[in-house]
Amino acid sequence: MNTLIAITGLGIFCLLFEILNLRKAIIPITIAGLLGVLALNYCEFGAEQSYYNNMITVSKFSTAFSSLFIIITIFLVALSHNFYHNHPTKISDYVAIKVFLLAGGVAMVSFGNLAMFFLGIEVLSIALYVLAASDRLNIKSNEAGMKYFLMGSFASGIILFGICLIYGAMGSFDITEIHESALSAELPIWFPIGMILMVVGMLFKIAAVPFHFWAPDVYEGSPALTTALMSTLAKIVAVATLFKLVSGLNLISSLENQDLLYTFQNIVVFLSIASMTVGNIMALRQVNVKRMLAFSGISHAGFMLMTLLTVSASAGVLLYYTAAYALAGIAAFSVILYVCRDHDNEDITNFHGLGKTNPLLAAILTASLLSMAGIPIFSGFFAKLFLFDQTIKAGFVSLVIVAVINSIISVGYYFKLIIAMYSKEPNQERTGKPFLIYAAAVVSIALNIILGLFPSLVLDLLN
Amino acid sequence: MNVSTILIILLIGAFATYLSGDKLASKVALLFSLAALGCSILLLNNYNAGENISFIANWINKPTIVLALNADGLGIAMVLLTLALTPIIIFSSFGNEYKNAKSFYALILFMAFAMAGTFLAADGLLYYVFWELALVPIYFIALIWGNGDAEERRKAVVKFFIYTLAGSLFMLTAFIYLYQKTGSFLLEKLYAAELSSNEQLWIFLAFFLAYAIKIPIIPFHTWQANVYQKAPTVGTMLLSGIMLKMGLYSVLRWQLPIAPLAAKEYLNIFISLGIAGVIYGSIVALKQKDLKKLLAYSSLAHVGLIAAGSYTLTLDGLRGAVLQMIAHGFVVVGLFFAAEVIFRRFETREISEMGGIRIQSPKFTSMFLILVLASVALPSTFNFVGEFTVLYSLSQINIWFAVLGGTTIILGAYYMLKMFQQVMLGEANSKTFADVSLNEGISFAVIIAVLLFFGFYPKPITDLITPSLETILSVINKN
Repeated sequence: MNTLIAITGLGIFCLLFEILNLRKAIIPITIAGLLGVLALNYCEFGAEQSYYNNMITVSKFSTAFSSLFIIITIFLVALSHNFYHNHPTKISDYVAIKVFLLAGGVAMVSFGNLAMFFLGIEVLSIALYVLAASDRLNIKSNEAGMKYFLMGSFASGIILFGICLIYGAMGSFDITEIHESALSAELPIWFPIGMILMVVGMLFKIAAVPFHFWAPDVYEGSPALTTALMSTLAKIVAVATLFKLVSGLNLISSLENQDLLYTFQNIVVFLSIASMTVGNIMALRQVNVKRMLAFSGISHAGFMLMTLLTVSASAGVLLYYTAAYALAGIAAFSVILYVCRDHDNEDITNFHGLGKTNPLLAAILTASLLSMAGIPIFSGFFAKLFLFDQTIKAGFVSLVIVAVINSIISVGYYFKLIIAMYSKEPNQERTGKPFLIYAAAVVSIALNIILGLFPSLVLDLLN
Repeated sequence: MNVSTILIILLIGAFATYLSGDKLASKVALLFSLAALGCSILLLNNYNAGENISFIANWINKPTIVLALNADGLGIAMVLLTLALTPIIIFSSFGNEYKNAKSFYALILFMAFAMAGTFLAADGLLYYVFWELALVPIYFIALIWGNGDAEERRKAVVKFFIYTLAGSLFMLTAFIYLYQKTGSFLLEKLYAAELSSNEQLWIFLAFFLAYAIKIPIIPFHTWQANVYQKAPTVGTMLLSGIMLKMGLYSVLRWQLPIAPLAAKEYLNIFISLGIAGVIYGSIVALKQKDLKKLLAYSSLAHVGLIAAGSYTLTLDGLRGAVLQMIAHGFVVVGLFFAAEVIFRRFETREISEMGGIRIQSPKFTSMFLILVLASVALPSTFNFVGEFTVLYSLSQINIWFAVLGGTTIILGAYYMLKMFQQVMLGEANSKTFADVSLNEGISFAVIIAVLLFFGFYPKPITDLITPSLETILSVINKN
């Protein structure tokens, strides 16, 4: 709870800095503030408590994921410095929006009441709409913002409808009450229907097939830093929330009582396979790196959905997977931001010869792509390993085999970028070594490798 | 001191090489690889004295993954092969200039680290990690420092990477499945797993895919010749000398003992695949115009025979396979080095553009001849010992296997001697062929000394590997 208040306070401070004319200090102060929030959040870890009539419940799950969100936000704020240096007057707005977005994300994983959940999702979404359209003179950015807003508000409506149906079925918004009454043998059909509507809405936020159509266009059109945010922070917030919804509302046991579990699992398996395959196959054909990573994100969403098959045991696995994925994503986007800062597109040709001009950044991008592809010692490999382990344990061997085949396909497009960096001649000068971009890239990939060397650090947090 | 020291030396060596800068890199790399070799000989000594040099430490609790490095005779023999060849390979590259040499040599040491780890790991997942790690450096070595047209090279290397990764991911799935069955990735637990014959078949096939691509066994060999040709010679030596031995070693260590029923039931099929590789490789080698490609196909034929020997499931077969792995490792490195030596002077790999070297450099010619004869398994060379044992074990299974497998010697002698004739003999070449330099001579001398010494006296190696092979056989035959 304190975390949430502190984050919101920090966001307001960011706005005040603008008034106080402290724009230059805003990035360091926000980072310091977020580090403080991280420490605060760490203190809350392990203390299970609920606040304000159960509106917010702090649990291990919520604090662990909140920490991850805060860490990712720190990177995103650090990257803002160079990204917005052409718009010095607006930087406090941009940073404040990111902090508010984080508040929305934290509320989404620590809700104790569906009203709070909806509040969180709206705070997050509205911040995202604004950021997507934040390059207001660029028509593509406008298009992206508009598209995202239309589709997103539609999804919000569906979620809201689902919440209403659940309220109708259960007579409560409170998740502990719903959790208990979900076990009763006689449930109105509204409950599963409401859940399905909510899951559909969340799948839209995650960008899982078949609710993924917005993602490539929005990712491509949005400013690169916003794309970074969407593909890392927003995605893992949505996945964690979906997981919490399914486990917190006791959906699995309730479906089991009504003999619907098998259907549910089939649907999850189908969605997961469809997301992985469609995402990967579409990614193979992309020449725009942001678009490619959008499709890669869709396929990773498919992997993350696999955790829904083993809800009771896989919270730790999900945390590990999201951490590995988000850290690799941040490292990759740091390099993309550097390489594409003076270009109006993010085509692969921009990366030609990066291995010669900036060996360090090329190595970092390579490492992050290898992590996403699941090559050992990077945490992406262990994430996949633990996920496959869980899934085989639950008896879905064929799903794992499809996932394995997809991992092989994904190497195809990740390596396209690696080859462009190392085996093509540089076609442009790349000058300057912006400290914050380098720092964000190095630290995030280092964290990724540390997670790979010591997976227990994160994996055991939620067991 | 235990086997982890070797890995630590190699890993530190990789970083030190990278930090030492382009000028010193090759020397630093050589120094560290020699240190690792010295360390491994010391460990061999301790092992022979009965000391326990295995290493075990906890890594990940859930799922249980242990840092277990187990050094038995077989593992030590393979590590010695790796560490003996690495300095030779590094030393042989002294005559070449590489751009960004520090990364190049660091990658070589890193690859040696991963390969040595693969041979030592006694935990399925640790083994898998090393197995994959070895793939990354060779990918970059072949991609960045390779030769030939860049676009073709890119295609060949990416195909290689995706092929091998595809195979190994199925192996990973098999490991996870085994973990569900036994609750552990540890080798001994996996050996003790109780699996139905159907499960064994699937696991055997999953492993087979990974190993057949790496070795390579027909029909999974299509990546090989192109990558061998396009990679820089150092990369080709690493690939053919050590890396493909990872696949052969893994057959003995992991595939056969974990799924023995499947191995026994389909024994004939897998031996036939190996033999098919022998015949196919030999025939295709006859037609090659590029020296490196010819050697690649000859290598395909030889490893086919080794694989066939492993799948016989007899002590002679396994022992012959291991002996031949080591012998082949040395001889193939020597041959590719000879191709490189010629390339340095003639700047061509086309056999038709060579010839007449004997008149200009009799020293090089005689060394090349020894390597060629060793490659065709002339008695008194190390390769003869291995090849003969394998053929003997094949004849135990079915005399026709031995007859067909024996074509490797007949056809091998034909294409190798024909190649020798075209490359070395004939009228003096218009291009001058400078005599071998001291550095080159040392590399050749070491390789030839090893081949001849163990040709006459293979006992130290057979003594080293036989007990562990017997253990593996007892696991295979436990029921």
